[in-house]
Amino acid sequence: MKLKQLEGYLGDIAVFKEPKAQLEQYPTTAHLASRILYTAETTYGDIGGKSVVDLGCGCGVLAIAASMMGSSHVLGVDIDAGALETAQANIDEFELGDTIDLVQGSICNDNATGSLSINKGLLLRMEQAFDTAILNPPFGTKPGNKGIDVLFLQAACMLARGAIYSLHKTSTRDYLVKKAQTWGFECEVLAELNFDIPMMYKFHKRKSVDVKVDLLRLYKKRT
Amino acid sequence: MRLITHNMLKCHVKNCTDPDKQFPLRFKDVQLEQIDAERNDEFLVRMLPRIDWPALSKTTKELDIILPETVPGNPENDEEFLQALHTAILETHIKQGSMLCDGCGHEYKITNGIPNMLLAEHEI
Repeated sequence: MKLKQLEGYLGDIAVFKEPKAQLEQYPTTAHLASRILYTAETTYGDIGGKSVVDLGCGCGVLAIAASMMGSSHVLGVDIDAGALETAQANIDEFELGDTIDLVQGSICNDNATGSLSINKGLLLRMEQAFDTAILNPPFGTKPGNKGIDVLFLQAACMLARGAIYSLHKTSTRDYLVKKAQTWGFECEVLAELNFDIPMMYKFHKRKSVDVKVDLLRLYKKRT
Repeated sequence: MRLITHNMLKCHVKNCTDPDKQFPLRFKDVQLEQIDAERNDEFLVRMLPRIDWPALSKTTKELDIILPETVPGNPENDEEFLQALHTAILETHIKQGSMLCDGCGHEYKITNGIPNMLLAEHEI
């Protein structure tokens, strides 16, 4: 599929009906999602005929893009029933139910100490089960969620044996490159982006906010 | 959800730790649907080692789906095996119902094909 074609299809995807601020629910744009999956497949061959997991899939944009770029099996995981309902409606609309499954679950758990940890119980049986992970994780800007972006990326490294494509604030780049090393992954910056997060929530004062974001590609270190 | 995904779901309620009981989850009152999907043999053969075969075998038996007890020596050349595997894990959809844990009895509901693996606070 050509890039423009993919972007066109993704533009028709229904987004969050009632976005929840605490979950940092912002839709990944068709422009960005199409470029991530198009590059992942045409430059790196990480999607066609592969199994792909989308952590924090929301309305399913990345999962649907993966399926359209030829993934044989896609799993989308999200904590929010509302988002998953929208995602399933999108999947049905595009008739991609033959390759995409959705699961409602939480990637992280609250610890007794008030911090977060990876929900190993849910993810253990999925370890190394996927070839590729794609994600646009929450950035951890909401109370109680500090570090959630790192945990999502770490969870992706547990689940995918090949490559991970993820979006993170540029300000966290150096930290994540170091962390990726400890998990056995090299980390490259594929693109530097400006996220234009529109005024979706009542508390936003300005029309939109610009956040500098990296598109990262993590891949297993050669041993 | 298809069986390829069910093969990755286990009970993770606190203190439910018997690996023989918490996985695979047992289907209850399920509605199945078979939906054709394009077969990719290279994908099937590559995924084989990642599948828990005893669990898949147990589950397909419960659902009256035909699947060999053991994986043949040369799966990549076994047309019958590949077709049976493809149908079982990629074309069999569980639309409604629930999954039970034989260990602690927890019930995970499946709605519109989506299993809910969220736990209550005291279960984590």
